[in-house]
Amino acid sequence: MNLVSYEDALASYDPVMGLEVHVELGTKTKMFCGCSTELGAEPNSQVCPTCLGLPGSLPVVNAVGVESAIRIGLALNCEIAEWCRFARKNYFYPDMPKNFQTSQYDEPIAYNGYLDVQLEDGSTFRVEIERAHMEEDTGKSSHVGGATGRIHGATHSLLDYNRAGIPLIEIVTKPIEGAGERAPEVARAYVAELRELIRALGVSEARMDKGQMRCDVNLSLRPNGTETFGTRSETKNVNSLRSVERAARFEIQRHATVLGAGEKIIQETRHFHEDNGTTTSGRIKDNAEDYRYFPEPDLVPVAPSREWVEELRASLPELPRVRRARLQAEWGLSDKDMQAVLNAGAVEPILETIAAGAPADQARKWWLGELARRANETGTELAEQPITPAQVARVCALVAEGKLNDKLARQVIEAVLAGEGEPDEVVAARGLAVVSDDSALGAAVDQVIGENPDVAEKIRGGKVQAVGALVGAVMKATRGQADAAKVKDLILEKLGAA
Amino acid sequence: MPGITREEVAHLARLSRLELQAEELDHLAEQLDVIIGAVARVSEVAGQDVPPTSHPLPLTNVMRPDEVRPSLTSEQALSGAPAAEEQRFRVPQILGED
Amino acid sequence: MTDLIKLTAADTAAAIKAGQVSAVEVTQAHLDRIDAVDKKVNAFLHVDTEGALAAARAVDAKRAAGSELGPLAGVPLALKDVFTTKGVPTTCGSKILEGWIPPYDATLTTRLKDADVVILGKTNMDEFAMGSSTENSAFGTTGNPWDLSRIPGGSGGGSAAALAAFEAPLAIGTDTGGSIRQPGAVTGTVGVKPTYGSVSRYGLVAFSSSLDQGGPCARTVLDAALLHEAIAGHDPLDSTSINAPVPAVVEAAKMRDVRGMRIGVVKEFAGEGYQAGVMQRFDEAVELLRELGAEVVEVSCPSFTLALPAYYLIAPSEASSNLARFDAMRYGLRVGDDGSRSAEEVTALTREAGFGAEVKRRIILGTYALSSGYYDAYYGSAQKVRTLISRDFDAAFAGVDVLVSPTTPTTAFPIGERADDPMAMYLADLCTIPSNLAGNAAMSLPCGLAPEDNLPVGLQIIAPAMADDRLYRVGGAVEAALNDKWGHPLLEEAPAL
Ligand SMILES: [Mg+2]
Ligand SMILES: [Zn+2]
Repeated sequence: MNLVSYEDALASYDPVMGLEVHVELGTKTKMFCGCSTELGAEPNSQVCPTCLGLPGSLPVVNAVGVESAIRIGLALNCEIAEWCRFARKNYFYPDMPKNFQTSQYDEPIAYNGYLDVQLEDGSTFRVEIERAHMEEDTGKSSHVGGATGRIHGATHSLLDYNRAGIPLIEIVTKPIEGAGERAPEVARAYVAELRELIRALGVSEARMDKGQMRCDVNLSLRPNGTETFGTRSETKNVNSLRSVERAARFEIQRHATVLGAGEKIIQETRHFHEDNGTTTSGRIKDNAEDYRYFPEPDLVPVAPSREWVEELRASLPELPRVRRARLQAEWGLSDKDMQAVLNAGAVEPILETIAAGAPADQARKWWLGELARRANETGTELAEQPITPAQVARVCALVAEGKLNDKLARQVIEAVLAGEGEPDEVVAARGLAVVSDDSALGAAVDQVIGENPDVAEKIRGGKVQAVGALVGAVMKATRGQADAAKVKDLILEKLGAA
Repeated sequence: MPGITREEVAHLARLSRLELQAEELDHLAEQLDVIIGAVARVSEVAGQDVPPTSHPLPLTNVMRPDEVRPSLTSEQALSGAPAAEEQRFRVPQILGED
Repeated sequence: MTDLIKLTAADTAAAIKAGQVSAVEVTQAHLDRIDAVDKKVNAFLHVDTEGALAAARAVDAKRAAGSELGPLAGVPLALKDVFTTKGVPTTCGSKILEGWIPPYDATLTTRLKDADVVILGKTNMDEFAMGSSTENSAFGTTGNPWDLSRIPGGSGGGSAAALAAFEAPLAIGTDTGGSIRQPGAVTGTVGVKPTYGSVSRYGLVAFSSSLDQGGPCARTVLDAALLHEAIAGHDPLDSTSINAPVPAVVEAAKMRDVRGMRIGVVKEFAGEGYQAGVMQRFDEAVELLRELGAEVVEVSCPSFTLALPAYYLIAPSEASSNLARFDAMRYGLRVGDDGSRSAEEVTALTREAGFGAEVKRRIILGTYALSSGYYDAYYGSAQKVRTLISRDFDAAFAGVDVLVSPTTPTTAFPIGERADDPMAMYLADLCTIPSNLAGNAAMSLPCGLAPEDNLPVGLQIIAPAMADDRLYRVGGAVEAALNDKWGHPLLEEAPAL
């Protein structure tokens, strides 16, 4: 089936989205046991009777897990439950040791909030938050015997439960309506804003590439001008900002294509494929799904005192939106310039570069210029470029010291990106330093003057503007490594025209 | 309260991962019908304005500090495994992803 | 010392402390007794001869080194096979766990070891503690030492039978709907369900988490109290564990004085289905309490009539979830993994082969009660009944210190009699279930033999939550008075094995 174009899809249908984001908390221990959450351990070495679901084992709630959930809830402008419980979500799956997930059901710890997200044109879109609740992660399975290590065609699977029981906060939006053609952009901006918020709270690194933050995109279409929601699809575990946007966009086109052909959307889970930007069918949700939720009898209710909640509210860090406004003022940027910084995802790199000693305008120049271009070309995040803010700051310092000019600095940055080492190593290895050695420069100037006697004569005669030609020649001779201003001064001095 | 049919028992068996035999299904459907008939009396109180009790004791906020405790060794963890490979639990092929 | 196996736990510990006998001798005497009679009784699923003797030797060494010995040091104990024991098989009476050797000790197991109690082995039980007769064990039923053709009660029939057969002076049970008290009643022994939350459930393989409670089983009230003190107390590994001092149960057991106490007789626990001889002995016990100086009043707890239905919704519901972990992936039985079957199929085949009929019945029932569309009518209503029952108890305890009733409506019934009649079987727990639903404390102790069958009758005493000491005060007084009247403990009337 040929996909209808995005524009055609939007001409007939109105998208309604729901976003479910799972965030792995950065607590030291798991949600219900004292096992470490450190990444990269030997398989099944960070498990105990509880997270392995051994007979007889019992859960005990991690206080920092609850605290983190409340802080996230507060930052999302949610109400914090005065009393809530954990519930068991019952279904069988080999990566889940107890064959129920300890989660929350009708009594989430945080509910009824919102998050204002800024779109690329600088406008604000309010995403309403239904709830944020606490739960636990599953183990990890690897599939053996299939062609690509995927589940399909595998002969058997191997399970590592180190991840089982790591605290998760699931954040669920209310249906996002009214975004229209910008729905995919809203999805991306929401997840980006949420990620920034989570990081600002210090509750998780929220690295999507490491699975610390995963997004399910629920999407349905309804004919323009109608109210009733259509049947939704649930695209699971989308793991980059770009993919969130692409998945939403693809599903809008796919739904429109199916509906346009007079067929029905099946309520199902779908998988997003990074390589071609499409989704494929997963598990059908035919409402036979019956999780048989009931209050977890092994855990007692959580009743956060109002004093505790207010204490946590008072200790919230500066939230990203507020911080952005402050930085814009501090940096003296127009709305448009600030938006460019935001759109490029350059705030953190710039700040870190400034912290490493670079002037604000210089830091901004490099991240928004050279590096943003490269990120764009490679379809990667700015913060993920193979150069550190400290390295950019060092390049800025070399320019300030007069050891590099802009052109050379660009070459150094390219070399660092290419893995040639630290800026100073690149400068040394490539011999890129500005020629500031007066004797070497003097020799070059003398040679150029000797080769251009008539130009030299004109200058001696007072036609100072003719110096440009000689400067150009010196720069050429030194392969750009000279400081042009200095060259000019030197020529004028030698010709007695200074 | 309605009784329970053989088909319902089969559905419940699927939900609870029990490969019940045909004669078990018949027998269970019969017995469950009797049991459910007897226990359904509790729904007499369904309409009453009474808070449900999920925990016999009124405890709240039992939490532990976020401090690492020793885990099992991987040998201990895998000691009961029906099959293991590469320090992992080896299980039959998993159908469908969740 | 002769007849070490007939000693009480208190006397055994005292004799070891005084050097009159070694812990190894005591342990060996019990191992010999197990050897001699357990083929007939089948109380034990696993006898840990080496472990028991090693523990006994350690006690003797401690004494030789001049260390202070605890009040139960060197006393042998039979542990219900539902508590995990590191390095020692734990089956819960189920084929699905056959051969499983836990890598960790239950908190209760650790407490016993810390108290220098000698764990002889693991006792038989209804599979996953679901039953009232021990007939649901995958490893054969246990006989009642009073009459081997009769049930020893359940689910902790093995622990109760071990006591009555003098295979151990102490035992551990768990009580979800009466599984300590009902076996105690039908074997003429003492069993206590402590207040929910006072004995850690960490390492107790869960049947119904909000109802399960481990507790002491013994031949005397004082022995039960000593064991109660050894195993109770706060455990940070169990979120439902009470963080408060354990009531002074040993002191209470020694008081033997009920003067001034107010005792309520629950009106609802009588009538149809109650055996005449049971009611006769119960009435006599009430009369005895009056003679001993207690004030006896009749109380009514109307919601108790809904206790059994509520229990048979709540317990199976929680069980259906608790038992989901037995899926053939990480431990225990695996059936049908021939390379062609999926994990899902292997799980279903394993559970089909590994669980017995009663377990399957309850899993299906619990799955039903929790499923969408039925939750409110069944599980939700059952939770409301729970509240009503607690209110009935609260109202009753506003006027009395303890409540009393028969522990179970009949004496031990013949093995097989109710095996395929679940509803008849469930009636055995009629009087014990309300305390599980409310979470309070209750005890069963022998109050005589029913005249019509010469089998033991149990007197149940119920106290408010965290007032477990009242059970021991009343139980100790009744026991002393009855022993005086009979001239010996009731168990001496049991036939020789
Ligand atoms: Mg979830
Ligand atoms: Zn753990």
